Amino acid sequence: MGNPDVKSTLPTFGKTGRGDSASRQLDGSPAILTTRLDAMIDAARKNSLWPLPFGTACCAIEFMSFIMSHYDVSRFGAEVVRFSPRQSDLLIVAGTITDKMAPVMVRIYEQMAEPKYVISMGVCACTGGFYRAYHVVQGIDEFIPVDVYVPGCPPTPEALLQGVVKLQEMIAKGETQYQRVLAAKKASGA
Amino acid sequence: MENRKETLAAIRTAFPEGGGVTELPGGDVQSFRVDRAILPELARHLKSDPKLGFNLLADVCGVDYPGREERFEVVYHLASLERGRRLRLKVPVRESDAVVPSVYCVWKAADWFEREAFDLFGIRFEGHPNLKRILCHPAFQGHALRKDYDPGQRWLLREGEQDEPAWARETQEDDDHFETQVLNLGPSHPATHGTLRTVVRLDGEVITRAEVEIGYLHRCFEKMAESHTWNQVIPYTDRLNYCSAMMNGVGYALAVEKMLGVEAPPRAQMIRLILSELSRIMDHIVDVGANLNDLGAMTPFLYMYQAREEMYSVLEACCGSRLTMSYVRIGGVSHDAPADFVESVRYLLGRVPKLVGEMETLITENRIFRDRTEGIGAISAEDAVDWGWTGPCLRAAGVAYDVRKAYPYLGYETFDFKVPVAHAGDTYARYLVRVEEMKQSLSIVEQALARLEPGPIITDDHRVALPPKEEVYTEMESLIWHFKLIMEGMKVPAGEAYGFTEAANGELGYYIVSDGGGKPYRIKVRPPCFAIFQAFPHILEGHMVSDTVAIMSSLNVIAGELDR
Repeated sequence: MGNPDVKSTLPTFGKTGRGDSASRQLDGSPAILTTRLDAMIDAARKNSLWPLPFGTACCAIEFMSFIMSHYDVSRFGAEVVRFSPRQSDLLIVAGTITDKMAPVMVRIYEQMAEPKYVISMGVCACTGGFYRAYHVVQGIDEFIPVDVYVPGCPPTPEALLQGVVKLQEMIAKGETQYQRVLAAKKASGA
Repeated sequence: MENRKETLAAIRTAFPEGGGVTELPGGDVQSFRVDRAILPELARHLKSDPKLGFNLLADVCGVDYPGREERFEVVYHLASLERGRRLRLKVPVRESDAVVPSVYCVWKAADWFEREAFDLFGIRFEGHPNLKRILCHPAFQGHALRKDYDPGQRWLLREGEQDEPAWARETQEDDDHFETQVLNLGPSHPATHGTLRTVVRLDGEVITRAEVEIGYLHRCFEKMAESHTWNQVIPYTDRLNYCSAMMNGVGYALAVEKMLGVEAPPRAQMIRLILSELSRIMDHIVDVGANLNDLGAMTPFLYMYQAREEMYSVLEACCGSRLTMSYVRIGGVSHDAPADFVESVRYLLGRVPKLVGEMETLITENRIFRDRTEGIGAISAEDAVDWGWTGPCLRAAGVAYDVRKAYPYLGYETFDFKVPVAHAGDTYARYLVRVEEMKQSLSIVEQALARLEPGPIITDDHRVALPPKEEVYTEMESLIWHFKLIMEGMKVPAGEAYGFTEAANGELGYYIVSDGGGKPYRIKVRPPCFAIFQAFPHILEGHMVSDTVAIMSSLNVIAGELDR
């Protein structure tokens, strides 16, 4: 109930002063809420992200900190790490992607079930970082759509946590790449 | 000098003057120029002659000198573990005929090192069993470390163009006419830690053949180093073995300082030593923890990671970064340690043994763990040396070689510590050695803390280190030094050096060539896990598929260091 986007769609129902106690909880808040199905589903999705750590380099070590008890990502509902793309909906690319690795990453992304989101962790994944070189992909968005870029070399676990929170906000607002493509398809009447 | 004469005399018994082996004067290591025609013969002599006994091939690499008539030089670094001697061989070849006989038949360690030189320089090694690209992908054109290769030139690899071992495509039947299966583990697989790929042929559950594909994290460290100034290379070294970033920087700085003839002040040396040993513990924590995690024991990793997290706080207080520290500078360290440094390290000295102890209680005598690791992935001492193994994995096979004891640096000779050795050479032995090494490291840190005196943290040699800011504003000479260092970078005298230290995985070597300019001419890293991992497919044969996981993580292969 503490979810802002669900609350925002609440009608003024229950505030008419008619005193029908059946439709209220003990503390006086409404016991029935109405919302759009999409908002409801997005609220569920954003609070149970299942990340797939595509960890290739130094960032993967900070990713471990992010998972472990000290920083504890389970506070944000994203601790169920899955190495199978079939079971996860959030691809966290943690580390440098080389030209040799790029086809593997694309395959993993394609295998993930929809809806799917991507966080690019660290400057290597975002832009190639300080590896301006013959074997390094200069940003994974050459190959796959990215929702959140987390800078840092490597980013601190706090930064990655912020990235996850940012992604949650985007899911609630319908701003992720996946949702935008879907919305565009609907709008064009497909 | 005596050693050099003895080595020379022992070589001259089989290769007299004019026989294709010429001693090169001076150098940090005794060096010989060798005619390629006699290389295999010389190699056999160096290994088998009891007066020489060069049983460890530490490194093979290429260097490109476009101006020379013989454009490429293949450089071999050898070590005799019994006699504690080092040797460098140089084999020059022309570009039009860049072929060198392989020494794989003498030292198996040459396997991947030669493939790397072939990949990056296009030097062919005649008689190599499997000469193909190793770091760059199969669609790559050209040879990246040649001086005329543009560092920014990329080649795209498309799906379906990945390399597949030839034997993996064949259909084979076992004795009962069942078809054997080819299984691909990785590169994206939870137990391969990101970027390692193993292709195995299975007969039932038993592995009959295996091949490893690496290079998924080849991010061109050596090429990048050639276009940065000497100090700018340090952030790149942090990302070699990122589990213990400090030690890479220390190894690099020591190698460059050797060429410059400068030494860091005592306080800087002591800070380097303390943080190196803490990094060693951190590295072993990740390795042991990940090994246990892969075997299904999650709890110990949580305990151990807490220790790591607390060590991060100390590193962060020193340099502002948790993982990739960039704390070392050539000639010292970048900042002084914080005021509460001694206190916070002392806290760790009490805290870490407690957390490691809890892990030990859970694991060391654990029946399941022992059943899954004892006798698994065993290697004999002789084989381990032949493959070029160093570090904890070699010591678990019974060879007490530790650079800190054999060639002390940072004053290790004045510390009281033991080199733990096990004899089984299996996964369990590697675990035991690492756990004991953590305890030894803690003891070194404790001794070092007592010796930490206040003082300068970077050399006052202004060819190397910036003068203090207040002097720059008041003294002309300091201003000039400042200007020159910022604009041109430090100048390292022309020459070469091989600097090596005991990193968490073993002997981490830097072969550095300078042409006297503000940037390195060539830096070759000798990554310890590169040598270790090349034996992995051979160890696997005859094991069950579930053992791959146990063995792989016990070798502590760090992709950043492996692929560079």
